[in-house]
Amino acid sequence: MHNARSRLKWNDWLQQTVFVGPGLLIFMIIVAVPFAMGFYYTFTEWNGLDLNAAKWTGMDNLKRIFTDDSRFWTAFWFTARFTVAAVIVTNMLALALGMLLTRHLKGSSLLRVIFFLPNVIGGLLLGYIWYFIYVRGFAAIGEATGWHLFNLPWLGTPGTAFWGIVGVFVWQTSGYMMVIYIAAIIGVPKDLSEAARIDGASAWQTFRSVTFPLIMPAITICLFLTTSNAFRMFDLNLSLTGGGPGYASESIALNIYREALTNNRYGLGTAKAMIFFFAVALITVTQVWATKKREVEA
Amino acid sequence: METKPRYTPLLFGLELLCFLLGLAFLMPFYFLIINAFKKLGAILLNAASLPESWGFGNFKKAWTAIDFPVVFMHSFVVTALSVGCLVVAASMTAYRLVRKPTTFNKLLFTVYVAAMIIPFQSVMLPLMRITSLFELRGHVYGIVICYIGFGISLSVFLFHGFIKSVPLEIEEAAVVDGCSPYGLYWRIVFPLLKPISVTVIILNVLWIWNDYLLPVLVINDAFTTIPLAVQKFFGQYLRKWDLAMASLTLSTLPVVVFFLFLQKYIIEGITAGSVKG
Repeated sequence: MHNARSRLKWNDWLQQTVFVGPGLLIFMIIVAVPFAMGFYYTFTEWNGLDLNAAKWTGMDNLKRIFTDDSRFWTAFWFTARFTVAAVIVTNMLALALGMLLTRHLKGSSLLRVIFFLPNVIGGLLLGYIWYFIYVRGFAAIGEATGWHLFNLPWLGTPGTAFWGIVGVFVWQTSGYMMVIYIAAIIGVPKDLSEAARIDGASAWQTFRSVTFPLIMPAITICLFLTTSNAFRMFDLNLSLTGGGPGYASESIALNIYREALTNNRYGLGTAKAMIFFFAVALITVTQVWATKKREVEA
Repeated sequence: METKPRYTPLLFGLELLCFLLGLAFLMPFYFLIINAFKKLGAILLNAASLPESWGFGNFKKAWTAIDFPVVFMHSFVVTALSVGCLVVAASMTAYRLVRKPTTFNKLLFTVYVAAMIIPFQSVMLPLMRITSLFELRGHVYGIVICYIGFGISLSVFLFHGFIKSVPLEIEEAAVVDGCSPYGLYWRIVFPLLKPISVTVIILNVLWIWNDYLLPVLVINDAFTTIPLAVQKFFGQYLRKWDLAMASLTLSTLPVVVFFLFLQKYIIEGITAGSVKG
């Protein structure tokens, strides 16, 4: 009896190890342990050239970031503005596309594929394609049409570079969000919108009072995905402007990368990365909490 | 069954609007492809016009300049191995977490979900120390292990949501018939997970195939993937637009073909992954 029970226990333990063990071991080594180490390196001077030598310096890195690193705060401010603009424009466009393509239009399945297409190509390659279009393509269109919009130095001034990156981000991401919105819109029970229609509600009123509240879960997900993607934007930034002109379009992610790998200040870079983590966590958790509150059941 | 609305001028107007938007979305691909066929002089003269002839000279040069067959194979091997391991490891984990909800397993699931908000930048510098300590740099298996570590959170999350809705009866019947726990998973449960496995495969393929930063940090020159090769090309030959456009066309082609063949599953998979997850 005792023997059987201990064998059962041993079997259960073995199963736990076989099923959960390999993934967990790798996750610990690659994500959990480095993340924990980050808290330690935040308080050290660590040059990365000798990966093993880090000197404890207490609050020095944090003091330096908060008092003497205007470039980091420029990057922070740029990333914040970028995230707000990118999230709003992407989701408005995606929701509009979702509404349009659920209306029995001709070729709507082909259009879904077209709008989604930019997502399959990586941010870095997309950035290079658009770099070419901003530098050479727009000039050609501008010459042919005479439209001032195309003759602007799109990546050359802080203001245009900002909207230049927002434009590419929107072009890349809205198709993905559109797919999620389409699924949600199709899921809205038809009888509800028909009832509203019979009661004399206009198309806009039906959308605002029936469709919109019922697709709130999709809005939560899309806002979460766009916010966290925009806030972490790196590849597009690197290939489109490289942070330029000057540091005007440098994102936090690019700033951290350069601090560590160009300036060899790994300790300082890690400290920034930890501040970055808390910012990302705070923003996304607040956003999910705020929109979740507004979700309703059909 | 609902009836199709009548064809009205409004509907026609919306159709027209959608097609114009679709054309605007395709515009970058137009620029990319036509300029891949042009000579540098023609690009500088007018980047919007069609090429005078459709020769493949640029592609030939770009093929050797970025060492396309080699970097393609590298990208392919890294992506296939990482995604294969991720599907097996994550589905096994999620299966156990759903069917044995001990305190430890519940906590573990929470940890996996919470880890999804950690930005890569917050992990990457200590990770460089870890990868050199465990001698993971410059090897295929090194980067594959990294991708498993970073991908497992989301994949477990997706499998977890799906497995919760799989009925237990089939598994109980198999146990009565004398199936071992491992055979049960592999022969009964895993095939049932096919829909969500497709989603997990697609999301991870798109991410890993296109990833740039992790390969820069852990593989460098020893094992160059496509994004790295293109980046290096742009660094060296800035403004050699003819070769640049040809190499970009070559590099984007595989994943675009992958998408066009599987677009139905990809779009369905993303829907399933985001709404039900």
